[in-house]
Amino acid sequence: MTPIVALHAAYWNETILRLVVALAIALTGAGTFVYVYLFKMVSHLQSRLGPMETGPHGSLQLMAEVVKFIQKEDVFPRRSDRTVFALAPFVVIMSTLMIYVVIPAGPRLVVSRLDVGALYALAISSLSVIGVLMAGWASANKYSLIGALRGTGQLIAYELPLVLAVVGVVMMAGSLNLTTIVTAQSRFELFGFRGLGLYVIPQFVGFFIFMVSAQAELTQTPFDMPVAESELVAGYMTEYTGMRFLVFFIGEFATAFALAGLAAVMFLGGWWFPGMGAGWGHLAWARELVGFGVMFAKVMLLGFIIFWVRFTLPRFREDQLQAFAWKFLIPLSLANILVTGIAKVAAHA
Amino acid sequence: MTVTERQVSAYIAGQAADARVRFELETEGMTLNIGPQHPATHGTLRVIVRLDGEQVVWADPVAGYMHRGYEKLCEVRDYAQVTTLINRIDWLGSFCNEVPFILAAEELMGIEAPPRAQYIRTVLFEMGRVANLTLFLGDMAAQVGALTPVFYAFRDREYVLNLIEAATGGRFHPNFDRIGGLKEDLPKGWIDETKLVMRKIRGFCDEIDELLIGNRIFEERCRGIGVIPRDVAMEYGLSGANARASGIDFDLRRDEPSPLAWKDADWKVWTHPDGDSFARYWVRQQEVREATRIVEQLLDGLPSGPIRAKTPARIRVPKGETWVHTENPLGEMGFYVVSDGSPGGPFRCKIRTPSFSNVSIVPWLLRGVYVPDVITILASLYFILGDIDR
Amino acid sequence: MSRLAPEPDGATATADTEAPPPSPRAAELVGALREALGDGVVAHHYSARDVWVRVRPEAWAEAARVCKTRLGLTYFCFLSAIDWKQADLGGEKLWDPEAEAADDPGDGPGRWVTGLAGGETRFQVFARLYDVERHIGITLKADAGDESPRAQSWVPLFRGADWHERETWEMYGIEFDGHPGLRHLYLPGAFEGFPLRKDFPLLAREVKPWPGLVNVEGLPGEDEPTESGEAPEE
Repeated sequence: MTPIVALHAAYWNETILRLVVALAIALTGAGTFVYVYLFKMVSHLQSRLGPMETGPHGSLQLMAEVVKFIQKEDVFPRRSDRTVFALAPFVVIMSTLMIYVVIPAGPRLVVSRLDVGALYALAISSLSVIGVLMAGWASANKYSLIGALRGTGQLIAYELPLVLAVVGVVMMAGSLNLTTIVTAQSRFELFGFRGLGLYVIPQFVGFFIFMVSAQAELTQTPFDMPVAESELVAGYMTEYTGMRFLVFFIGEFATAFALAGLAAVMFLGGWWFPGMGAGWGHLAWARELVGFGVMFAKVMLLGFIIFWVRFTLPRFREDQLQAFAWKFLIPLSLANILVTGIAKVAAHA
Repeated sequence: MTVTERQVSAYIAGQAADARVRFELETEGMTLNIGPQHPATHGTLRVIVRLDGEQVVWADPVAGYMHRGYEKLCEVRDYAQVTTLINRIDWLGSFCNEVPFILAAEELMGIEAPPRAQYIRTVLFEMGRVANLTLFLGDMAAQVGALTPVFYAFRDREYVLNLIEAATGGRFHPNFDRIGGLKEDLPKGWIDETKLVMRKIRGFCDEIDELLIGNRIFEERCRGIGVIPRDVAMEYGLSGANARASGIDFDLRRDEPSPLAWKDADWKVWTHPDGDSFARYWVRQQEVREATRIVEQLLDGLPSGPIRAKTPARIRVPKGETWVHTENPLGEMGFYVVSDGSPGGPFRCKIRTPSFSNVSIVPWLLRGVYVPDVITILASLYFILGDIDR
Repeated sequence: MSRLAPEPDGATATADTEAPPPSPRAAELVGALREALGDGVVAHHYSARDVWVRVRPEAWAEAARVCKTRLGLTYFCFLSAIDWKQADLGGEKLWDPEAEAADDPGDGPGRWVTGLAGGETRFQVFARLYDVERHIGITLKADAGDESPRAQSWVPLFRGADWHERETWEMYGIEFDGHPGLRHLYLPGAFEGFPLRKDFPLLAREVKPWPGLVNVEGLPGEDEPTESGEAPEE
């Protein structure tokens, strides 16, 4: 492992350090999304102010909410399956946090440069379906069951466009390794300009499909049938309170942050920015910081798009949602792969 | 009171129906209880649906959680007290509830309110319509999933409610209509404020146009959902926007001669041929715009004069019966007032409320419908619990 | 409004000769109903803008069918009942001594002081139908009975009558023949009694009898009355 700083540590120590930092980034990222978008942006969209009391402009509201959730009584519905009920939120958040292992936040700020990074990230994120089913079934509540079944169907349906949208990027970069994808974008030339090498431009169809599928993976409006508040109260999360609900809540926003991070890496060039190439010499640490900042900015931009769409559009009905995935997104993504393949072969010829 | 045998068997039949429903839960389908506490139902309405997968096989609305016994109460109140009581039937369209009753009492007594009072009554009536229907525009959007228009609706509705409060003293329950006219005249500057606010409401309707009417997702959720054919609507007594959305050209403001001032304004009746949820939403949106125009025209031509005709201080209505109905925001609301000439209140006051008839179509309408569409349909029918339950 | 005396027993079709029909269409409706139902129509009444027709109880459903299929009155407005017995509200009796004669049920019809188009029994069902194209409505009335009131159901003709008849049954105890299932609409399942009947006591009036006129408000600009119930001028 190349050292980030002039500190040589043993493999396991360094790994643990990186994991702790990744966890901290995951939680902080989720918290930032919650505050900026869920508390403030939606409020301003709806011509109100949002939390203003706790801390300046309500910035400590999240702290207050965390404390509130933690100090609540741990309630199990009487006829629920206690073990399954207890484990479900942790299954969901486990699948989310493991995505952070591969997302590069800077030139060397990554926990593990897996050669199958993209595949790993998407595969591990689909394990949350198990958690949703566990939650819905173990709640012993008809509404939760309906919500969980809807959620499962939706999550599975939208996994496919998500993966297929990424295939185009992978073909262009020639690798599944996320760090390689970033550097490939830094070298990609479009019409002779290196600065325009972000895959969002040639892969705009893939970008659109990825963002739409990410919205569905997060069960956000317009795809929030599983948690349709006005119909099923809270879907598969209805019976959860306190710490377990907090875990679900953090999981939802950590997934949003992670998927935005994946999109930023694969389509917007990740931490790369023109001028960020090698050659900073003894300012390598500064390069890491700037990379981190650039990545953060891109993730916030994509998060803004995700939440803006969430609070504006009405929701699809379940069958319309499925039809949209199977009849529109998947064929479109397949066509995208076809065109990318042809273009790549033609460019080489 | 003796309990008749028929009552006993009806009670047992009801219990047996419940038991049957619980039993059948084991074998086929699932019985879902929407409400009475539920974010979607507008108040305490309980809808029991039996599902087969995601489709409704059988639906039964259970009303009565808010039954206050208005018809019995009206018999032991005098006419001024009844006015206070009936304010609370349709609590969103504030002033509109009082009008048919007061008109019925005036007809029985042979009193005519002066023109200024009739104009202001019409203005307040239409403002009640605006207040009621803007909430619908935001609320149905929320049921369908768009959470933002609700806030815009409430924000713009506040202006209207503030105006009603400035004139009458009450936002939701003005209690302003009196036999012979109104309680008092309008405050100074009210007319100009109202015209400004009516323009704002039209701006809100334009926002709704952008956010929802042209939105493909909203259309997919609402078009073709809950279609009510014309003849079924007539049999069930569907009125107001629900009827007009099914293509029935029925608006009591135009069709019934009324002492109120609707004929002095130039306005249009909007109908839609489809009869689905989208049609009901669209018709109500146009009605809000028309209501704002009516208000502006009537305020421009407001006659001067007294605000109440000379009425005796002790209201004593001579013997007679009459039926007065008006086009309330929710539909056709009417009062059948029977007076026996005594100095008390009405002898019998039958209150015909629009939501009662609108909700009675729910068992017929919900068969074969998907669960998310149940919410859309209930939202588009637009009932107020106080109106169903009285 | 004219005050009607109690109808004589076995009333033949009477016409209220005092008021003319409010419109030609109203006269047409009444004429067509008489023609279709024969002596099923007992009486009719015109007001300045409305029309009432009372039919025999046996002709109640037939009248609805005629109105819906032949007369164009296809819009079902409402259906309900009236209990003509005077309620005992306690307190000072402020109304006409003549009306007290109706308090004594006596026996036989004709002892009830009823309303427009008359009535012979204590309970009457009445319903309103409307024609949305010609903008005319009609109020139909029929006697239901004194002790165990019954009426024919309109549900086969107007599906919306289902809920109205359920409510009328639970409030007045009027049985509707042909209704798919009369059960409580508003009241809980085990409720005893029929609340809107005049002899069903209202708890508030048991506790405190009728207080007389309390709300007396002066005209705008006039002095408020000094005591409740007393006006400065009549």
